Amino acid sequence: MADLTTDFLGIRSPNPFWLASAPPTDKEYNVRRAFEAGWGGVVWKTLGEAGPPLVNVNGPRYGVVHGADRRVLGLNNIELITDRPLEVNLEEIARVKADYPDRALVVSIMVPCEEAAWKAILPRVAETGADGIELNFGCPHGMSERGMGSAVGQVPEYIEMVTRWCKQNYDRPVIVKLTPNITDIRQPARAAKNGGADAVSLINTVSSITSVNLDTFSPEPSIDGKGSHGGYCGPAVKPIALNMVAEIARDPETYGLPISGIGGVTTWRDAAEFLALGAGNVQVCTAAMTYGFKVVQEMIAGLSQWMDDKGHASVADIVGRAVPNVTDWQYLNLNYITKARIDQDACIKCGRCFAACEDTSHQAILMKPSRVFEVDDSECVACNLCVDVCPVEDCITMEQLAPGQRDPRTGQVVPAEYGNWTTHPNNPMAKAAK
Amino acid sequence: MATPSRAPGIAPGRLSSEEIAANFKDLHAPYAAHEASVAADRCYFCHDAPCVTACPTSIDIPLFIRQIQTGQPEAAARTIFDQNILGGMCARVCPTETLCEEACVREAAEGKPVEIGRLQRHATDALMARGVHPFTRAEPPGRSIAVVGAGPAGLACAHRLAMLGHDVVVFEARPKPGGLNEFGIAAYKSTDGFAAAEVDWLLQIGGITIETGRALGAGLTLDGLKAEHDAVFLSIGLAGVNALRAEGGDRTGVVPAVDFIAGLRQAEDLSALPVGRDVVVIGGGMTAVDAAVQSRLLGAETVTMAYRRDRPAMGASVYEQDLAASKGVRLMFNVTPVAVHGNGSVAEVELAYTETVDGKLVETGETIRLPADQVFVAIGQSLSAVPEGVALEGGKIAVEGPGRTSMPGVWAGGDCAAGGEDLTVTAVAEGRDAAMDIHAALSA
Ligand SMILES: Cc1cc2nc3c(=O)[nH]c(=O)nc-3n(C[C@H](O)[C@H](O)[C@H](O)COP(=O)(O)OP(=O)(O)OC[C@H]3O[C@@H](n4cnc5c(N)ncnc54)[C@H](O)[C@@H]3O)c2cc1C
Ligand SMILES: Cc1cc2nc3c(=O)[nH]c(=O)nc-3n(C[C@H](O)[C@H](O)[C@H](O)COP(=O)(O)O)c2cc1C
Ligand code: SF4
Repeated sequence: MADLTTDFLGIRSPNPFWLASAPPTDKEYNVRRAFEAGWGGVVWKTLGEAGPPLVNVNGPRYGVVHGADRRVLGLNNIELITDRPLEVNLEEIARVKADYPDRALVVSIMVPCEEAAWKAILPRVAETGADGIELNFGCPHGMSERGMGSAVGQVPEYIEMVTRWCKQNYDRPVIVKLTPNITDIRQPARAAKNGGADAVSLINTVSSITSVNLDTFSPEPSIDGKGSHGGYCGPAVKPIALNMVAEIARDPETYGLPISGIGGVTTWRDAAEFLALGAGNVQVCTAAMTYGFKVVQEMIAGLSQWMDDKGHASVADIVGRAVPNVTDWQYLNLNYITKARIDQDACIKCGRCFAACEDTSHQAILMKPSRVFEVDDSECVACNLCVDVCPVEDCITMEQLAPGQRDPRTGQVVPAEYGNWTTHPNNPMAKAAK
Repeated sequence: MATPSRAPGIAPGRLSSEEIAANFKDLHAPYAAHEASVAADRCYFCHDAPCVTACPTSIDIPLFIRQIQTGQPEAAARTIFDQNILGGMCARVCPTETLCEEACVREAAEGKPVEIGRLQRHATDALMARGVHPFTRAEPPGRSIAVVGAGPAGLACAHRLAMLGHDVVVFEARPKPGGLNEFGIAAYKSTDGFAAAEVDWLLQIGGITIETGRALGAGLTLDGLKAEHDAVFLSIGLAGVNALRAEGGDRTGVVPAVDFIAGLRQAEDLSALPVGRDVVVIGGGMTAVDAAVQSRLLGAETVTMAYRRDRPAMGASVYEQDLAASKGVRLMFNVTPVAVHGNGSVAEVELAYTETVDGKLVETGETIRLPADQVFVAIGQSLSAVPEGVALEGGKIAVEGPGRTSMPGVWAGGDCAAGGEDLTVTAVAEGRDAAMDIHAALSA
């Protein structure tokens, strides 16, 4: 049996699946039930300053993008940080941690960008016995208008400054949660590292409007006819999150900085991909909000099964395994030449490959009598569009032309050696091959 | 369920009215909105989709399904009606399992096609529920066309001609329009008076006058129609029935299946409609299945369909055979009626077993007798009242191209015309195409 336990910054948990700071972790009742269901850890819903708790809207706070059969593909929210009193949250955190010493319990915090505010809250969080803190520099809505959340996360200098305050005033691990609403994710990650962060977690939600009501012309979710941009999450954001995790994992300046991967994790497979791209664990929100706490059981069983099948003994063995394979475009092997191949036995003759290639690609699929579809190698550029739009899995595949064969499209013989753009003759900046 | 009355002979009220009402409700219930969107999502939007080719009226199926997906069933209906003005009826009665759904690539992929017929019904119902008619007439070029027969072929032809701006007079022998939609289709396919409602909706285009009780050959002549109109379209269906050529075939209780069905379709109260306790249906087509199934639904205790050839040769599709079997109809193959026994009324049907020898169907000599209070004959319909001077081909009106008969100025389509399957949708296609050709001829 694969070993799913993880040690993230010295915080141990029985599996790499943590619930992200969000409604599922907003109170003792939820977190206890989440632990009972098998979640390895939680990041408590973000706490704010002491004093009167903030208020949420009293109309709908979520919007959604559905796929077929109302499957939730993306969720958007305009919820703020916790709207329960700080004292109540702290008491609950202390109780839960005492009862579940084997689970990870990290506390998310967002207070104004003043050292006093952080100094005030950090000792109180430390007293609860929580395993660490996560600095919420991510929320793209509401809190950002008050100079917090992504308003901090978008300014690397602030990130570094606040992180440093936290490291000076708190002695357990500090995780900095990053907002994706920024051009280059490496900048805030570097700032966090420079400020002394033990890890970064990402992504928080992506600024978004999910839809517009075409009767009232109000964005959704609509509050009395008006809407505000919200934060987008769920399966739709996973590709964005994966890229950002990989960017940080392979950046020489942040190389080795632990990462907690967040964004669209819905199945064991999603989690494994985050781990492979360098995340030490994953955090989940939308999947739990869509299916309930029980989804973690599939994630645990699935990851374990896959690791057993592939002979990976522990989670640590897979973390970062895909990072060396993430590279820049200029280093991709231009001598790797493939052609689309259609398996005639599997083909159901829908013709979608033809429509796609004929109308929008390279006119490389021929439609023959009786709806037989064939690839014309002399036109196929191997773009993969036909593979992607074919409704039958593995019906169209990409096959490599072996070195020495002639590519009927270019008339050139396929070279055996690797060759990329940096040395390509068409590149005016090409470095002469040695 | 209470035991059906076993009263001997042909008797009404074998089942309670509640049971009969339940038996005759929609064969395929309409979709709820969410069901429709799930069903629509299964469509792959194929290139040059095979389902479109398989539809005799060439409805743009992927397009209309996509319109359902995007929440506009009414727009989807417009796409359907552009090609097939009786798309509502076709959605209910088409043997989709041998047409569009058979061609669906998901049938090939997983044996489970997109449910095109039900989606089509979802769309057409949505638009018709609004009570609006989506087409208007072109500026009148002022030509007048006579259509003979108000079945699907005649109605489709009249509607298209009206759209093109012509004035149409439809002469219909029966007291009601609709043809077999009104008098023939199984009651559980066209519920709640849909056939009549569809005709009313279709007539909203304007420019169409239907004169019922007016028959060609009984008052009307082709020469007369030609003299008064610029063109004539014949869509008189197959009004004759092939008689049972077996000893005793004229006994009381032996009736053409189409007459039984027409009576059933027009009955105000189905529980008052008499049916035999033991029913034998002779034939193997759609009409035979409909007569057999509806006899069972009325409460007949035993119903047997006797078909003279083997199962693969049967006209009824596998789907229809299964439907009949599921309703408790016994299917017998390779049996042919040789005598109807009884004392005035039918009491027994004697069937001879058959086999195929050297490509010919012959009796084996062995026979079997089945008890029967009622025998429905469904061995084909035939053309009647064909005007003189119109050439025939295989017992039907010979046509060339889009329904041109041998007589200038006279077109024909639907069941009465040669070529094409005898289906509602084929009749619609032929009526529509003849209208386009008539328009072209008159505009030339
Ligand atoms: C019992 C039964 C069940 C069927 N079920 C199905 C089914 O489920 N699905 C399917 O696709 N098809 C079905 N069909 C076939 C389908 O009904 C026909 O193919 C279709 O109705 C043919 O249309 P039409 O307009 O050519 O003829 P019809 O519908 O027969 O209409 C002809 C019209 O012309 C009138 N007429 C006849 N003679 C004259 C005259 N001399 N003067 C004036 N008017 C005249 C008739 O009264 C009738 O109204 C069924 C047929 C039968 C008999
Ligand atoms: C309703 C809602 C409220 C959230 N509130 C917080 C929050 O208070 N603090 C925070 O750091 N992230 C918050 N998030 C972001 C999630 O923690 C997480 O980063 C994001 O949803 C992406 O993960 P997912 O795709 O698994 O949902 C919230 C998300 C949702 C949907
Ligand atoms: S890979 Fe691209 S170019 Fe080649 S056949 Fe497929 S769609 Fe056409």
